[in-house]
Amino acid sequence: MESLLNRYRNITVLLLVIMAQLVLLAVSAKNPDDVRFIRIWTVTAVTPVARIIEGLRGGSTGFLHNYIVLHDTNQENQRLRSELDRMKMENVFLKNELNTSDRAKAIQVFQQHTPSKTVAATIIFTGAGSNSKVVFVDRGTMSGVQRGMAVVTPDGIVGKVIAAYPTASQVLLITDPDFAAGVVTEKSQVHGTLKGQGTPQCKVDYVAFEEKVEPGEWVYTSGDDRIFPRGFRVGVVKAVRPGQSFKEILVEPSGMQRGLVEDVLILIEGVHQRIPDAPSGMQPIYIAAPPPGNESKPAGAAVPAPVGTEADRLRSQYQALGEEQKHTYGENPPGAKPPDFTRLANPGAAGQGAYPLGPAGKNTASPAGTPPNPGAVGQGGYPLGPPGKSAPPPAGKPPNPEAGKNSPPAPGAPPAGPPAASPAAPAKTGTGGQGGYPLGPPGKSAPPPAGTPAKNPPDAARRLNPSAGTPAGGQIRR
Amino acid sequence: MTYSGERILLSSQREGQVSRFRKWVFLVVPLVAILFQVYVPMFFPFLSFLEMPLLVVVYFAIMRRSQISGLMVGALVGLAQDSLSKNPLGMFGIVKTLVGYFAASVGVRLDVEHGLIRLLLGFFFFVFHQFLYWVMSRALLGQQMTFEWPRTAMLAALNAVVGVALFHFLDKLKERA
Repeated sequence: MESLLNRYRNITVLLLVIMAQLVLLAVSAKNPDDVRFIRIWTVTAVTPVARIIEGLRGGSTGFLHNYIVLHDTNQENQRLRSELDRMKMENVFLKNELNTSDRAKAIQVFQQHTPSKTVAATIIFTGAGSNSKVVFVDRGTMSGVQRGMAVVTPDGIVGKVIAAYPTASQVLLITDPDFAAGVVTEKSQVHGTLKGQGTPQCKVDYVAFEEKVEPGEWVYTSGDDRIFPRGFRVGVVKAVRPGQSFKEILVEPSGMQRGLVEDVLILIEGVHQRIPDAPSGMQPIYIAAPPPGNESKPAGAAVPAPVGTEADRLRSQYQALGEEQKHTYGENPPGAKPPDFTRLANPGAAGQGAYPLGPAGKNTASPAGTPPNPGAVGQGGYPLGPPGKSAPPPAGKPPNPEAGKNSPPAPGAPPAGPPAASPAAPAKTGTGGQGGYPLGPPGKSAPPPAGTPAKNPPDAARRLNPSAGTPAGGQIRR
Repeated sequence: MTYSGERILLSSQREGQVSRFRKWVFLVVPLVAILFQVYVPMFFPFLSFLEMPLLVVVYFAIMRRSQISGLMVGALVGLAQDSLSKNPLGMFGIVKTLVGYFAASVGVRLDVEHGLIRLLLGFFFFVFHQFLYWVMSRALLGQQMTFEWPRTAMLAALNAVVGVALFHFLDKLKERA
């Protein structure tokens, strides 16, 4: 028996080693964490050497560039001197531009501005295998990196962590055939699954034929995969063609458009972001304000939202009425004469314009069906004419052209003109109500009309008016 | 480089001389080979075709002329390579174990100091390595990989040429008798 074993010792050892590795392979394929220690040993052994080599490479490259390769320095100096005058003029601007274009700076800026919590990492070596699409970065579990975390650059996503070791992590690149991520297109908000192909381009799968996706469109992460937060850039659609079951969409990853980057960011805590709005490609169109008294509202037009609630408006009306009749609510002795509420304007008259009434004592809205007093706000919401002197026509009739000429508008009343055209600053006095507008008695503070830009105007308003504000009396429609 | 005359086949196993290396060579050379494979393609992507760990395994196997030694070197280098890849552990390990074993078996019969023999061995074992890896990927992992013969043959030739130069360099690390 012993001689038999000696005779077939080599083949026996071979079979044993092969069998052991087959078992290892089976265990590793079933649950990689069971034999993770082997990977940890290898990575821990390789990482320090790789770091030293990377350090030596960086140092020697810098040394070569700074001290050895000087053959064109003189020519470079002459060229730079000749351009010095012009450069001085552009110095500040170019410095900023160059700084921003610098990759490390860009990453830092991105890291500071992104709401997600990130950790910067450097790619120290690639994965083994000639077709490998994995890389190793110099941040591991000791830096808080965990498996499944997203890896991005300011230009776009790069990959995801598929294994985290104490001193390094393994990152599956976006171009690997095993890579997948949920994405959404910029314009049409079409959802799909991004897959690597082993080539520089990726494809978006599971997009139905009826969905509209155009080349040149940006693709962002959708957040559906719970790995990449929503709103990170993925790439640009390069080609769209019909496939067998779905559309075949090829995407050029923006995070790797300059090849394999060296510095990346690992999202320790991802925060979903808003996907930027796609430019419509159409020039903005100026639309003039509707004529006063015109009650028709174009569909889709930016209608000023009412300020506050119905109760706020009623409160303003009653306060105006009280001041008009020299009545202070809550301070009169029992049995005192109450104000004449029959003179209260019909709430419908103050109605939809949602502007507070003018100062008490001057403006009294008339009941419905009768011409309102000047200064009262009709449905158009515009104070018309001098208070107490001329009455604006009923709704549907053109306003008195002479109104407003004889005297300036009552203090506290909103300025004449369409609401969108008169973005008066919010008054500082008074109690701020909803939307930050004061709720104090009219005549003391000037409540802004509805549509007055608040501190943070809605995005829609910003889009409509990206620069200095809406032109007087008009709005911008794209 | 000195070649042993015109003969490339050894008449007996005794005719072949077992090369001995210092212990650190067995540690450092495979480590450098693995580092080369994972680090250099980052900056020179065209060098990703080089299978330095495979060449090192072949070299140690044929020079040691010991099948057990060859398969152990192959297993360890393969497992290290597996650890740095996304594949399950054992894929490169099994393939390189077999490469080490067969390379040592061939090395017993051939004059492995001969440049042509080294070139042919490098070519053959690269193709064998890639083919075996492809078979295992399909059979054990169910991966739908394609095996491109022309490309593999071309890469094998390139690796063989590099292997000859590498073997010549590694010869200098041998212990002198």
